Amino acid sequence: MKIFDTIGKFVVNTYKDTWKLIVFVKEIFKWMLVPPYRFNQIAEHIEKIGIQSIIIVSLSTFTTGMIIGLQLVNIMRLLGAQTFAGAGVAISMSREFAPVITAIVLIAKNGSSMTAEIGSMKVTEQIDAMETMAVSPLRYLVIPRIFASIIAFPALTALANVVGVFGGYVASVYVMQVNAVFYSKTMFFWVDADDIVTGIIKAFVFGFLITAICCYHGLKTKGGAKGVGESTTRAVVISTVSILIADYIMTYIFITFFGL
Amino acid sequence: MGSIIVKVENVVKSFKDVKVLTGVNLEIEEGKITTIIGKSGTGKSVLLKNIIGIMKPDSGKIFFKDSEITAMTGIELLAVRKNIGYLFQDAALFDFMTVAENISFPLVEQLGIEKQSELKEKVEKLLDLIELPGIENKFPSELSGGMRKRVGLARAIAVEPKIVLFDEPTTGLDPILAESIDKLIEKVNKDLNMTCIVISHDIASTFRRADKIAFLYEGTIQFFGSPEEALKSKHAVLKQFISNSFRPLETE
Repeated sequence: MKIFDTIGKFVVNTYKDTWKLIVFVKEIFKWMLVPPYRFNQIAEHIEKIGIQSIIIVSLSTFTTGMIIGLQLVNIMRLLGAQTFAGAGVAISMSREFAPVITAIVLIAKNGSSMTAEIGSMKVTEQIDAMETMAVSPLRYLVIPRIFASIIAFPALTALANVVGVFGGYVASVYVMQVNAVFYSKTMFFWVDADDIVTGIIKAFVFGFLITAICCYHGLKTKGGAKGVGESTTRAVVISTVSILIADYIMTYIFITFFGL
Repeated sequence: MGSIIVKVENVVKSFKDVKVLTGVNLEIEEGKITTIIGKSGTGKSVLLKNIIGIMKPDSGKIFFKDSEITAMTGIELLAVRKNIGYLFQDAALFDFMTVAENISFPLVEQLGIEKQSELKEKVEKLLDLIELPGIENKFPSELSGGMRKRVGLARAIAVEPKIVLFDEPTTGLDPILAESIDKLIEKVNKDLNMTCIVISHDIASTFRRADKIAFLYEGTIQFFGSPEEALKSKHAVLKQFISNSFRPLETE
Protein backbone atom coordinates (compact mmCIF):
# COMPACT_ATOMS: atom_id res chain seq x y z
CA MET A 1 0.00 0.00 0.00
CA LYS A 2 2.93 2.28 0.69
CA ILE A 3 3.87 2.30 -2.97
CA PHE A 4 0.37 3.53 -3.93
CA ASP A 5 0.64 6.23 -1.27
CA THR A 6 4.00 7.34 -2.71
CA ILE A 7 2.69 7.31 -6.30
CA GLY A 8 -0.44 9.21 -5.23
CA LYS A 9 1.59 11.90 -3.47
CA PHE A 10 3.92 12.19 -6.46
CA VAL A 11 0.99 12.65 -8.86
CA VAL A 12 -0.71 15.24 -6.61
CA ASN A 13 2.53 17.18 -6.08
CA THR A 14 3.39 17.11 -9.78
CA TYR A 15 -0.09 18.37 -10.63
CA LYS A 16 0.15 21.17 -8.05
CA ASP A 17 3.66 22.15 -9.19
CA THR A 18 2.67 22.17 -12.85
CA TRP A 19 -0.35 24.31 -12.11
CA LYS A 20 1.76 26.80 -10.13
CA LEU A 21 4.27 26.90 -12.99
CA ILE A 22 1.46 27.65 -15.46
CA VAL A 23 0.30 30.53 -13.24
CA PHE A 24 3.91 31.75 -13.07
CA VAL A 25 4.23 31.63 -16.87
CA LYS A 26 0.98 33.59 -17.16
CA GLU A 27 2.49 36.25 -14.88
CA ILE A 28 5.63 36.32 -17.06
CA PHE A 29 3.54 36.96 -20.19
CA LYS A 30 1.73 39.76 -18.38
CA TRP A 31 4.91 41.51 -17.22
CA MET A 32 6.66 41.02 -20.58
CA LEU A 33 4.17 43.43 -22.08
CA VAL A 34 4.70 46.13 -19.45
CA PRO A 35 7.46 48.68 -20.07
CA PRO A 36 9.97 49.94 -19.04
CA TYR A 37 12.32 47.24 -20.26
CA ARG A 38 15.63 46.97 -18.46
CA PHE A 39 17.91 47.02 -21.49
CA ASN A 40 21.13 47.12 -19.44
CA GLN A 41 20.13 44.02 -17.52
CA ILE A 42 18.96 42.28 -20.70
CA ALA A 43 22.31 43.04 -22.35
CA GLU A 44 24.18 41.77 -19.29
CA HIS A 45 22.27 38.47 -19.39
CA ILE A 46 22.71 38.14 -23.15
CA GLU A 47 26.44 38.42 -22.54
CA LYS A 48 26.29 35.71 -19.83
CA ILE A 49 23.96 33.34 -21.66
CA GLY A 50 25.03 34.06 -25.21
CA ILE A 51 28.55 35.37 -25.63
CA GLN A 52 30.08 33.46 -22.72
CA SER A 53 28.56 30.22 -24.06
CA ILE A 54 29.92 30.44 -27.60
CA ILE A 55 32.93 28.21 -26.97
CA ILE A 56 31.13 25.50 -25.01
CA VAL A 57 28.18 25.40 -27.44
CA SER A 58 30.56 25.30 -30.43
CA LEU A 59 32.60 22.51 -28.89
CA SER A 60 29.50 20.45 -28.04
CA THR A 61 27.84 20.83 -31.42
CA PHE A 62 31.06 20.38 -33.39
CA THR A 63 31.55 17.04 -31.64
CA THR A 64 27.89 16.11 -32.13
CA GLY A 65 28.17 16.95 -35.85
CA MET A 66 31.27 14.78 -36.12
CA ILE A 67 29.55 11.84 -34.39
CA ILE A 68 26.48 12.10 -36.63
CA GLY A 69 28.78 12.37 -39.67
CA LEU A 70 30.66 9.21 -38.71
CA GLN A 71 27.50 7.22 -38.02
CA LEU A 72 25.66 8.33 -41.15
CA VAL A 73 28.59 7.69 -43.47
CA ASN A 74 29.07 4.31 -41.84
CA ILE A 75 25.42 3.30 -42.39
CA MET A 76 24.96 4.91 -45.80
CA ARG A 77 28.12 3.33 -47.11
CA LEU A 78 26.25 0.01 -46.94
CA LEU A 79 23.79 1.46 -49.46
CA GLY A 80 26.48 3.19 -51.46
CA ALA A 81 24.93 6.54 -50.57
CA GLN A 82 27.57 7.98 -48.29
CA THR A 83 27.52 11.35 -50.05
CA PHE A 84 23.99 11.82 -48.68
CA ALA A 85 25.50 11.98 -45.21
CA GLY A 86 25.95 15.72 -45.77
CA ALA A 87 22.22 16.22 -46.09
CA GLY A 88 21.61 13.91 -43.13
CA VAL A 89 24.00 15.81 -40.91
CA ALA A 90 22.65 19.22 -41.89
CA ILE A 91 18.97 18.29 -41.55
CA SER A 92 19.38 16.47 -38.23
CA MET A 93 21.56 19.26 -36.87
CA SER A 94 19.28 22.11 -37.86
CA ARG A 95 15.99 20.41 -36.94
CA GLU A 96 16.98 18.56 -33.77
CA PHE A 97 20.52 18.43 -32.53
CA ALA A 98 21.49 22.10 -32.69
CA PRO A 99 18.50 23.35 -30.63
CA VAL A 100 18.49 20.38 -28.23
CA ILE A 101 22.24 20.19 -27.59
CA THR A 102 22.41 23.99 -27.21
CA ALA A 103 19.51 23.88 -24.76
CA ILE A 104 21.06 21.09 -22.70
CA VAL A 105 24.41 22.89 -22.55
CA LEU A 106 22.66 26.12 -21.50
CA ILE A 107 20.60 24.34 -18.84
CA ALA A 108 23.81 23.04 -17.31
CA LYS A 109 25.66 26.33 -17.64
CA ASN A 110 23.04 29.06 -17.18
CA GLY A 111 19.79 27.45 -16.03
CA SER A 112 21.46 25.97 -12.97
CA SER A 113 23.13 29.28 -12.12
CA MET A 114 19.81 31.15 -12.51
CA THR A 115 18.17 28.83 -9.97
CA ALA A 116 21.14 28.96 -7.61
CA GLU A 117 21.44 32.78 -7.80
CA ILE A 118 17.75 33.45 -7.28
CA GLY A 119 17.46 30.63 -4.74
CA SER A 120 20.26 31.98 -2.58
CA MET A 121 18.68 35.44 -2.78
CA LYS A 122 15.43 33.84 -1.60
CA VAL A 123 16.92 32.08 1.42
CA THR A 124 18.84 35.19 2.50
CA GLU A 125 15.64 37.30 2.35
CA GLN A 126 16.94 39.42 -0.54
CA ILE A 127 13.82 38.59 -2.54
CA ASP A 128 11.64 39.66 0.40
CA ALA A 129 13.71 42.84 0.67
CA MET A 130 13.03 43.58 -2.98
CA GLU A 131 9.31 43.15 -2.41
CA THR A 132 9.35 45.43 0.62
CA MET A 133 10.86 48.09 -1.63
CA ALA A 134 7.86 47.81 -3.94
CA VAL A 135 9.83 46.03 -6.65
CA SER A 136 8.41 42.88 -8.17
CA PRO A 137 11.14 40.18 -8.15
CA LEU A 138 9.50 38.66 -11.20
CA ARG A 139 9.85 41.90 -13.08
CA TYR A 140 13.36 42.69 -11.87
CA LEU A 141 14.96 39.24 -11.90
CA VAL A 142 12.94 37.04 -14.24
CA ILE A 143 11.78 39.22 -17.15
CA PRO A 144 15.29 40.42 -18.21
CA ARG A 145 16.51 36.80 -18.13
CA ILE A 146 13.53 35.71 -20.24
CA PHE A 147 14.20 38.39 -22.89
CA ALA A 148 17.91 37.57 -22.89
CA SER A 149 17.20 33.85 -23.30
CA ILE A 150 14.73 34.21 -26.16
CA ILE A 151 17.37 36.25 -27.98
CA ALA A 152 20.48 34.24 -27.03
CA PHE A 153 19.10 30.71 -27.48
CA PRO A 154 18.13 31.14 -31.16
CA ALA A 155 21.37 33.01 -31.88
CA LEU A 156 23.46 30.25 -30.33
CA THR A 157 21.39 27.62 -32.12
CA ALA A 158 22.11 29.31 -35.45
CA LEU A 159 25.81 29.20 -34.59
CA ALA A 160 25.45 25.57 -33.48
CA ASN A 161 23.96 24.72 -36.89
CA VAL A 162 26.97 26.07 -38.73
CA VAL A 163 29.53 24.55 -36.37
CA GLY A 164 27.72 21.18 -36.23
CA VAL A 165 27.48 20.94 -40.00
CA PHE A 166 31.17 21.81 -40.22
CA GLY A 167 31.92 19.06 -37.66
CA GLY A 168 29.97 16.59 -39.79
CA TYR A 169 31.90 17.72 -42.87
CA VAL A 170 35.27 17.27 -41.16
CA ALA A 171 34.40 13.75 -39.94
CA SER A 172 32.83 12.67 -43.24
CA VAL A 173 35.36 14.15 -45.63
CA TYR A 174 38.64 13.98 -43.74
CA VAL A 175 38.07 10.91 -41.56
CA MET A 176 35.69 8.78 -43.64
CA GLN A 177 37.06 9.98 -47.00
CA VAL A 178 33.70 10.98 -48.53
CA ASN A 179 33.96 13.08 -51.68
CA ALA A 180 33.81 16.70 -50.54
CA VAL A 181 32.06 18.10 -53.61
CA PHE A 182 29.26 15.52 -53.65
CA TYR A 183 28.91 15.77 -49.89
CA SER A 184 28.37 19.55 -50.09
CA LYS A 185 26.12 19.36 -53.17
CA THR A 186 23.70 16.87 -51.58
CA MET A 187 23.68 18.93 -48.43
CA PHE A 188 22.74 22.18 -50.20
CA PHE A 189 20.22 20.36 -52.39
CA TRP A 190 18.29 18.71 -49.57
CA VAL A 191 18.47 21.31 -46.82
CA ASP A 192 15.99 24.19 -47.09
CA ALA A 193 14.90 27.15 -45.01
CA ASP A 194 12.17 25.15 -43.23
CA ASP A 195 14.77 22.94 -41.59
CA ILE A 196 16.57 25.94 -40.17
CA VAL A 197 13.43 27.87 -39.21
CA THR A 198 11.89 24.96 -37.27
CA GLY A 199 15.13 24.58 -35.30
CA ILE A 200 15.23 28.28 -34.49
CA ILE A 201 11.57 28.26 -33.38
CA LYS A 202 12.38 25.34 -31.09
CA ALA A 203 15.34 27.26 -29.63
CA PHE A 204 13.08 30.25 -28.96
CA VAL A 205 10.60 28.05 -27.07
CA PHE A 206 13.37 26.22 -25.19
CA GLY A 207 14.90 29.54 -24.11
CA PHE A 208 11.60 30.68 -22.65
CA LEU A 209 10.79 27.32 -21.05
CA ILE A 210 14.18 26.74 -19.44
CA THR A 211 14.39 30.26 -18.02
CA ALA A 212 10.84 30.13 -16.67
CA ILE A 213 11.40 26.73 -15.01
CA CYS A 214 14.79 27.66 -13.54
CA CYS A 215 13.63 31.05 -12.22
CA TYR A 216 10.44 29.49 -10.83
CA HIS A 217 12.42 26.93 -8.86
CA GLY A 218 14.81 29.63 -7.65
CA LEU A 219 11.94 31.74 -6.36
CA LYS A 220 10.34 28.86 -4.48
CA THR A 221 13.56 27.76 -2.77
CA LYS A 222 13.24 27.06 0.94
CA GLY A 223 15.81 26.31 3.61
CA GLY A 224 19.49 27.17 3.48
CA ALA A 225 22.29 25.93 1.25
CA LYS A 226 20.69 22.47 1.10
CA GLY A 227 17.48 24.02 -0.22
CA VAL A 228 19.40 25.89 -2.92
CA GLY A 229 21.11 22.66 -3.99
CA GLU A 230 17.84 20.75 -4.10
CA SER A 231 16.10 23.49 -6.11
CA THR A 232 18.96 23.62 -8.59
CA THR A 233 18.92 19.86 -9.13
CA ARG A 234 15.13 19.87 -9.54
CA ALA A 235 15.28 22.78 -12.01
CA VAL A 236 17.94 21.08 -14.14
CA VAL A 237 16.10 17.74 -14.22
CA ILE A 238 12.69 19.28 -14.97
CA SER A 239 14.11 21.63 -17.63
CA THR A 240 15.89 18.78 -19.40
CA VAL A 241 12.84 16.53 -19.45
CA SER A 242 10.59 19.45 -20.42
CA ILE A 243 12.61 20.45 -23.46
CA LEU A 244 12.60 16.87 -24.74
CA ILE A 245 8.81 16.65 -24.32
CA ALA A 246 8.39 20.10 -25.88
CA ASP A 247 10.66 19.04 -28.74
CA TYR A 248 8.50 16.00 -29.48
CA ILE A 249 5.29 18.06 -29.37
CA MET A 250 6.71 20.77 -31.65
CA THR A 251 8.13 18.23 -34.11
CA TYR A 252 4.73 16.51 -34.24
CA ILE A 253 2.97 19.84 -34.85
CA PHE A 254 5.44 20.93 -37.55
CA ILE A 255 5.17 17.63 -39.40
CA THR A 256 1.44 16.97 -38.96
CA PHE A 257 -0.09 20.42 -39.27
CA PHE A 258 2.42 22.40 -41.29
CA GLY A 259 4.06 19.69 -43.37
CA LEU A 260 7.49 20.98 -42.40
CA MET B 1 -3.50 59.95 21.43
CA GLY B 2 -2.08 60.44 17.93
CA SER B 3 -3.69 59.17 14.77
CA ILE B 4 -3.48 55.46 14.00
CA ILE B 5 -1.20 54.67 11.05
CA VAL B 6 -1.34 50.85 11.17
CA LYS B 7 -4.22 48.80 12.49
CA VAL B 8 -4.09 45.03 12.87
CA GLU B 9 -7.46 43.37 13.35
CA ASN B 10 -7.78 39.81 14.59
CA VAL B 11 -4.96 38.46 12.41
CA VAL B 12 -4.52 34.70 12.30
CA LYS B 13 -1.58 32.99 10.58
CA SER B 14 -0.63 29.31 10.54
CA PHE B 15 2.15 27.33 8.93
CA LYS B 16 0.84 23.85 8.12
CA ASP B 17 -0.57 22.71 11.47
CA VAL B 18 1.23 25.25 13.64
CA LYS B 19 -0.83 28.29 14.57
CA VAL B 20 1.61 31.17 15.02
CA LEU B 21 -0.74 34.14 15.29
CA THR B 22 -4.14 33.29 16.73
CA GLY B 23 -5.86 36.67 16.68
CA VAL B 24 -3.54 39.66 16.87
CA ASN B 25 -5.06 43.08 17.47
CA LEU B 26 -2.77 46.08 17.47
CA GLU B 27 -2.92 49.79 16.77
CA ILE B 28 0.24 51.71 15.91
CA GLU B 29 0.24 55.43 16.60
CA GLU B 30 1.77 57.73 14.02
CA GLY B 31 5.13 59.23 14.94
CA LYS B 32 5.81 56.86 17.84
CA ILE B 33 8.25 54.03 18.47
CA THR B 34 6.31 50.86 19.17
CA THR B 35 8.34 47.86 20.24
CA ILE B 36 7.01 44.34 19.98
CA ILE B 37 8.55 41.97 22.49
CA GLY B 38 7.99 38.29 23.09
CA LYS B 39 9.70 34.94 23.26
CA SER B 40 11.64 33.67 20.25
CA GLY B 41 9.41 31.87 17.75
CA THR B 42 6.19 33.55 18.85
CA GLY B 43 5.60 35.11 15.44
CA LYS B 44 6.93 38.66 15.81
CA SER B 45 8.68 38.62 12.42
CA VAL B 46 5.62 36.93 10.91
CA LEU B 47 3.51 39.83 12.18
CA LEU B 48 5.87 42.39 10.58
CA LYS B 49 5.85 40.49 7.28
CA ASN B 50 2.05 40.48 7.36
CA ILE B 51 2.02 44.23 8.00
CA ILE B 52 4.14 44.93 4.92
CA GLY B 53 2.21 42.38 2.86
CA ILE B 54 4.95 39.92 1.94
CA MET B 55 2.93 37.34 3.87
CA LYS B 56 -0.84 37.03 3.81
CA PRO B 57 -2.76 36.25 6.99
CA ASP B 58 -5.16 33.30 6.99
CA SER B 59 -7.82 35.63 8.34
CA GLY B 60 -8.08 39.11 9.80
CA LYS B 61 -7.37 42.54 8.38
CA ILE B 62 -4.44 44.94 8.35
CA PHE B 63 -4.88 48.61 7.51
CA PHE B 64 -2.34 51.25 6.54
CA LYS B 65 -4.22 54.43 7.35
CA ASP B 66 -7.55 53.77 5.61
CA SER B 67 -6.29 51.28 3.03
CA GLU B 68 -6.71 47.60 3.76
CA ILE B 69 -3.36 45.98 2.96
CA THR B 70 -4.76 42.47 3.30
CA ALA B 71 -7.26 43.10 0.50
CA MET B 72 -4.62 44.31 -1.95
CA THR B 73 -2.68 42.46 -4.60
CA GLY B 74 -0.16 43.28 -7.32
CA ILE B 75 0.47 46.89 -8.23
CA GLU B 76 -1.85 48.22 -5.52
CA LEU B 77 0.17 46.46 -2.84
CA LEU B 78 3.46 47.62 -4.33
CA ALA B 79 2.18 51.19 -4.18
CA VAL B 80 1.37 50.97 -0.45
CA ARG B 81 4.78 49.46 0.28
CA LYS B 82 6.37 52.70 -0.89
CA ASN B 83 5.24 54.11 2.46
CA ILE B 84 6.94 51.39 4.47
CA GLY B 85 10.64 50.71 5.02
CA TYR B 86 11.86 47.39 6.36
CA LEU B 87 15.12 46.55 8.06
CA PHE B 88 15.63 42.79 8.00
CA GLN B 89 17.26 40.85 10.80
CA ASP B 90 20.33 40.13 8.64
CA ALA B 91 19.91 43.38 6.67
CA ALA B 92 19.22 41.37 3.45
CA LEU B 93 21.50 43.59 1.37
CA PHE B 94 21.82 42.57 -2.27
CA ASP B 95 25.15 40.76 -2.25
CA PHE B 96 25.84 41.42 -5.94
CA MET B 97 25.58 45.19 -5.47
CA THR B 98 27.89 47.68 -3.76
CA VAL B 99 26.74 49.71 -0.77
CA ALA B 100 25.99 52.68 -3.03
CA GLU B 101 23.98 50.51 -5.42
CA ASN B 102 22.07 48.96 -2.54
CA ILE B 103 21.08 52.36 -1.17
CA SER B 104 20.34 53.71 -4.65
CA PHE B 105 18.09 50.74 -5.44
CA PRO B 106 14.88 52.09 -3.87
CA LEU B 107 15.72 55.60 -5.08
CA VAL B 108 15.90 54.38 -8.67
CA GLU B 109 13.08 51.84 -8.50
CA GLN B 110 10.58 53.75 -6.38
CA LEU B 111 11.35 57.40 -7.04
CA GLY B 112 12.67 56.95 -10.57
CA ILE B 113 15.82 58.98 -9.89
CA GLU B 114 18.33 58.23 -12.63
CA LYS B 115 20.67 61.21 -12.50
CA GLN B 116 23.97 59.88 -11.15
CA SER B 117 24.94 63.14 -9.40
CA GLU B 118 21.63 63.22 -7.53
CA LEU B 119 21.94 59.58 -6.52
CA LYS B 120 25.52 60.12 -5.36
CA GLU B 121 24.50 63.08 -3.25
CA LYS B 122 21.63 61.20 -1.62
CA VAL B 123 23.77 58.12 -0.91
CA GLU B 124 26.47 60.30 0.69
CA LYS B 125 23.87 62.00 2.86
CA LEU B 126 22.44 58.68 4.02
CA LEU B 127 25.90 57.27 4.73
CA ASP B 128 26.65 60.35 6.82
CA LEU B 129 23.40 59.81 8.72
CA ILE B 130 24.37 56.24 9.61
CA GLU B 131 27.91 57.44 10.38
CA LEU B 132 29.60 55.29 7.76
CA PRO B 133 30.93 57.76 5.18
CA GLY B 134 33.17 56.56 2.36
CA ILE B 135 32.01 52.94 2.07
CA GLU B 136 30.08 53.44 -1.18
CA ASN B 137 32.14 50.99 -3.19
CA LYS B 138 32.32 48.18 -0.68
CA PHE B 139 30.32 44.99 -1.14
CA PRO B 140 28.14 43.64 1.71
CA SER B 141 30.55 40.72 2.19
CA GLU B 142 33.26 43.24 3.14
CA LEU B 143 31.16 44.75 5.95
CA SER B 144 30.74 43.70 9.58
CA GLY B 145 27.32 42.69 10.93
CA GLY B 146 26.75 46.11 12.51
CA MET B 147 27.77 47.94 9.35
CA ARG B 148 25.46 45.78 7.25
CA LYS B 149 22.54 46.60 9.55
CA ARG B 150 23.28 50.30 9.32
CA VAL B 151 23.50 50.15 5.53
CA GLY B 152 20.23 48.18 5.58
CA LEU B 153 18.73 51.01 7.60
CA ALA B 154 20.01 53.61 5.14
CA ARG B 155 18.36 51.64 2.33
CA ALA B 156 15.13 51.26 4.30
CA ILE B 157 14.79 55.00 4.90
CA ALA B 158 16.18 56.17 1.54
CA VAL B 159 12.79 57.01 0.08
CA GLU B 160 11.62 58.60 3.33
CA PRO B 161 8.81 56.18 4.12
CA LYS B 162 6.17 56.99 6.70
CA ILE B 163 6.86 53.86 8.74
CA VAL B 164 10.01 51.82 9.26
CA LEU B 165 9.79 48.23 10.47
CA PHE B 166 12.85 46.92 12.32
CA ASP B 167 13.22 43.16 12.68
CA GLU B 168 15.53 42.56 15.64
CA PRO B 169 17.91 45.37 14.71
CA THR B 170 20.35 44.76 17.57
CA THR B 171 20.40 40.96 17.73
CA GLY B 172 23.92 39.58 17.45
CA LEU B 173 25.62 42.92 18.01
CA ASP B 174 27.87 43.90 20.89
CA PRO B 175 26.37 46.38 23.40
CA ILE B 176 28.17 49.39 21.94
CA LEU B 177 27.03 48.65 18.38
CA ALA B 178 23.55 47.85 19.67
CA GLU B 179 23.46 51.24 21.37
CA SER B 180 24.50 52.97 18.14
CA ILE B 181 21.67 51.22 16.26
CA ASP B 182 19.23 52.24 18.99
CA LYS B 183 20.35 55.84 18.63
CA LEU B 184 19.82 55.61 14.90
CA ILE B 185 16.27 54.35 15.44
CA GLU B 186 15.66 57.30 17.72
CA LYS B 187 17.15 59.65 15.12
CA VAL B 188 14.92 58.18 12.41
CA ASN B 189 11.90 58.66 14.65
CA LYS B 190 12.60 62.09 16.08
CA ASP B 191 14.58 63.86 13.34
CA LEU B 192 12.97 62.28 10.28
CA ASN B 193 9.49 61.94 11.81
CA MET B 194 9.06 58.32 10.83
CA THR B 195 6.88 55.93 12.77
CA CYS B 196 8.96 52.98 13.98
CA ILE B 197 7.83 49.45 14.74
CA VAL B 198 10.66 47.53 16.33
CA ILE B 199 10.94 43.86 17.21
CA SER B 200 13.43 43.47 19.98
CA HIS B 201 14.77 41.12 22.59
CA ASP B 202 16.76 43.93 24.14
CA ILE B 203 14.43 44.81 27.02
CA ALA B 204 16.67 47.46 28.55
CA SER B 205 16.84 49.36 25.28
CA THR B 206 13.12 48.88 24.74
CA PHE B 207 12.37 50.58 28.03
CA ARG B 208 14.70 53.44 27.17
CA ARG B 209 13.42 54.21 23.69
CA ALA B 210 9.92 52.83 23.13
CA ASP B 211 6.82 54.96 23.41
CA LYS B 212 4.64 51.85 23.42
CA ILE B 213 5.33 48.21 24.12
CA ALA B 214 3.33 45.31 22.72
CA PHE B 215 3.84 41.89 24.29
CA LEU B 216 3.14 39.01 21.92
CA TYR B 217 2.48 35.74 23.67
CA GLU B 218 0.71 32.58 22.55
CA GLY B 219 -0.33 34.16 19.27
CA THR B 220 -1.98 37.28 20.65
CA ILE B 221 -0.97 40.69 21.97
CA GLN B 222 -1.40 40.21 25.70
CA PHE B 223 -0.16 43.61 26.78
CA PHE B 224 -0.07 46.97 25.03
CA GLY B 225 0.92 50.16 26.78
CA SER B 226 3.70 52.50 27.80
CA PRO B 227 6.95 51.24 29.38
CA GLU B 228 5.73 52.52 32.75
CA GLU B 229 2.51 50.54 32.37
CA ALA B 230 4.51 47.47 31.35
CA LEU B 231 6.50 47.68 34.59
CA LYS B 232 3.26 47.73 36.57
CA SER B 233 1.62 44.95 34.53
CA LYS B 234 0.34 41.93 36.42
CA HIS B 235 0.77 39.59 33.43
CA ALA B 236 2.84 36.77 34.89
CA VAL B 237 4.90 35.98 31.77
CA LEU B 238 5.53 39.64 30.96
CA LYS B 239 6.64 40.24 34.56
CA GLN B 240 9.02 37.30 34.29
CA PHE B 241 10.22 38.53 30.90
CA ILE B 242 11.03 41.96 32.33
CA SER B 243 12.47 40.83 35.66
CA ASN B 244 14.79 38.30 33.98
CA SER B 245 16.10 41.01 31.68
CA PHE B 246 16.90 43.37 34.55
CA ARG B 247 18.08 40.78 37.08
CA PRO B 248 21.60 41.61 38.27
CA LEU B 249 24.35 39.03 37.86
CA GLU B 250 24.54 36.61 40.70
CA THR B 251 27.76 36.93 42.69
CA GLU B 252 29.30 34.56 45.17
